[in-house]
Amino acid sequence: MTLPLPIPKITLSGITKTFPGVRALHEVGLELYPGEVTALIGENGAGKSTLVKTMTGIYQPDAGEIRIDSLPVELPSPHAAFRLGITAIHQETVLFDELSVAENIFLGHAPKTRFKTVDWRGMRERAGKLLGEIGAGHIAPDERLKDLSIANKHLVAVARALSVDADIVIMDEPTAALSFKEIQDLFELIEILKKNGKAILFISHKFDEIYRIADRYTVFRDGAMVGKGLIKDTNQNEVVRLMVGRSVDHVFPKKSVEIGEEILTVAGYCHPTEFADINFTLHKGEILGFYGLVGAGRSELMQALFGITKPSKGAVKIAGEIAVIRSPAEAVEKGIVYVPEERGKQGVIVDLPIFQNISLPSLDRTSQNGFLKLVEEFALAREYAARLDLRAASLDQNAGTLSGGNQQKVVIAKWLATQPRVIILDEPTKGIDIGSKAAVHAFMGELAANGLAVIMISSELPEIMGMSDRIVVMREGRIAAVLENNEELKAEALVRAAAGIGEEAA
Amino acid sequence: MTDTTHEARHIPDRIDTPLRAAIFSWPVLLLVVAIALFVLNSFASPYFLSPWSLSDATFNFTEKAIIALAMALLIISGEIDLSVASIIALASTMMGLALQLGVGTPGLVAIGIVTGLFCGVFNGFLVTRLGLPSIVVTIGTMSFFRGISFIVLGDQAFKGYPASFDFFGQGYVWWVVSFEFVLFLVCAVIYYVLLHRTNFGRHVFVIGNNPMAARFSGVRVERVKFFLFCLTGLMSGIAAVLLTSRLASTRPSIALGWELEVVTMVVLGGVSILGGSGSIQGVVLAAFIMGLVTFGLGLLNVPGIVMSIFIGTLLIFVIALPIVFRMLRERRS
Repeated sequence: MTLPLPIPKITLSGITKTFPGVRALHEVGLELYPGEVTALIGENGAGKSTLVKTMTGIYQPDAGEIRIDSLPVELPSPHAAFRLGITAIHQETVLFDELSVAENIFLGHAPKTRFKTVDWRGMRERAGKLLGEIGAGHIAPDERLKDLSIANKHLVAVARALSVDADIVIMDEPTAALSFKEIQDLFELIEILKKNGKAILFISHKFDEIYRIADRYTVFRDGAMVGKGLIKDTNQNEVVRLMVGRSVDHVFPKKSVEIGEEILTVAGYCHPTEFADINFTLHKGEILGFYGLVGAGRSELMQALFGITKPSKGAVKIAGEIAVIRSPAEAVEKGIVYVPEERGKQGVIVDLPIFQNISLPSLDRTSQNGFLKLVEEFALAREYAARLDLRAASLDQNAGTLSGGNQQKVVIAKWLATQPRVIILDEPTKGIDIGSKAAVHAFMGELAANGLAVIMISSELPEIMGMSDRIVVMREGRIAAVLENNEELKAEALVRAAAGIGEEAA
Repeated sequence: MTDTTHEARHIPDRIDTPLRAAIFSWPVLLLVVAIALFVLNSFASPYFLSPWSLSDATFNFTEKAIIALAMALLIISGEIDLSVASIIALASTMMGLALQLGVGTPGLVAIGIVTGLFCGVFNGFLVTRLGLPSIVVTIGTMSFFRGISFIVLGDQAFKGYPASFDFFGQGYVWWVVSFEFVLFLVCAVIYYVLLHRTNFGRHVFVIGNNPMAARFSGVRVERVKFFLFCLTGLMSGIAAVLLTSRLASTRPSIALGWELEVVTMVVLGGVSILGGSGSIQGVVLAAFIMGLVTFGLGLLNVPGIVMSIFIGTLLIFVIALPIVFRMLRERRS
């Protein structure tokens, strides 16, 4: 090549960030070039969001260096990042619904009159001009933000980014909530930004989008940078391989269990907005994995089965009998329990003692004629705390004082004490330390071996491939594929089904 | 994981003994305050320590305290009912109307209680079925219920309750022990058991701590809350019978402003206004403290307006106290 090497606008090198029990980023690097789009690719939990938060001054890295135009910079706060020309457009726009479009665009740096008051007229004019530049002239600067569609809110966020002359624009899954037409408009806008010399970081799970818009790619896996290059020099299979990377070689204690009779049948299950036409069966002793991108409707499906939300159509059979489930209480009665992803909000009650958390759904059994019997309650809590190898100082201690992993054990203990037939685990090991993770995995294997039917939602490929007997892949609220988990199953096949990429000649 | 034995580790049930936990609890602090007030009152007035005088003192708070018992459960569950005083007005008005139609004492009592219960059902329906916030709903029904009383009565009053009806608010069970006071003690025991010794009471605490997690744990949140509104209405109906009997008349302004005194009693009793924690012991002690304070100030001829200043100050003091303690502890560490 005879072309001069392009100079990066921003360079990150050796960035390391550790959270208690989790190494989120390990010596990662990233370069963004002016006038180019760099795609950041990785599974959920690969460290993409942590990196974005580091670049926007929300997190302080433990080690590493950030240079802008070759000069080292510090980003102690979001405001500092903003002033250095770094701006981020998130999946859920962080804007203010009750303020006008113009106020949102100029919040924090509104044009002033000579009396130091806000120059409302100037602000409206400049907002209108900015919106016009990005082809969003149809949005009036005086409109309330809450009256805009999500796509239009994105445009406002982009206008805000341009209002400070940001040179570095981070787009974190900007297309997740957009329709096809809106995505096309967004891409045209990105082309405009490129022409204006902005350095753009584009995060998406959708390969077609990455191939359409990006010039470069960087792949993260498990908090490390595992590959980068020019999009034109690579193909989708190569990128998927990098992203999945590691052979699934963690030791997962999946025992081979005799799969028993059918326990749960879901047929023609629909929801007005979240999912449609769901059919699957679950057997005793089986671990059924549910894989998909965030927003594929997996949690929503499970919460409908658990009676939290109402399905619009479809039938559920438990052990061959039609089951109508209108509330979680009814689900528990029928033997279906759900370990939610939002552990702190929906799982444990942080200000109540461990034993009360565990006995909560089993109070009918530990009491007599509706009167509490603490002795029985403690006995139940002791039994299940021991089975899950809970680490706690006492059973009277508030559940909120436990680590995430031990809180998760409390939630699982709570449900096992009800002696369920079907247990649904939603991202059971998200955000918990390695030790507890292994304990939860081991325990899931044990449960299946004891004849319980397990549904596990997971976005982590090693987990889903290591634990499941069969894997249901969901995409946009529908089942995209049901795959037998045997030696021939490749991680690439799962990722392709989840992202909607057709089979290519490898 | 280098555990050589794969045996599960033993976790003790408790570390703090129940006794140690009890000594440093809010009810014990209240008890100290109550005793101090008792001693102060006996120094302040020579009449205070006579049995009849003490008995009179109980009338100051028993009717409010009976409502406070149910209100405590409601506030622990994260809801509130500000219409309780208006429920008294409506229930008392209904009794007065029934009196005009010649209904006898048993019928009057039944009508008072059923009217209260019905008002509770109405509040509960609006909050749990329509999902409206209880503070808004009960501010609305506060005006609505008392409004009906004003329409019925105008500036008139119902009088002429039968002599047999006097017992509920003026009668004595034994010596100086009034019927009202005995009823309050019985209710206090029932509510103690309900809140602290039953599955239902556990659900009340769970819901107040985290209604979402309660629902996700199979607790029938709406059903429990509905029942609590019914209970509060029921207790207001009972209070209406007692108060109407004691005053031997019904005016639309009956029990005006009581809702704030009831809520003050509950909060003073250590119930978190945000829900999730509290005890019946605390509420009972708080009722005694408020009774002692108002009666003591009355003996000293302190005018009513000063009393309300005192109670307001007490309320702010009580809410601020734990926060100030926590700030001091944090500064030390």
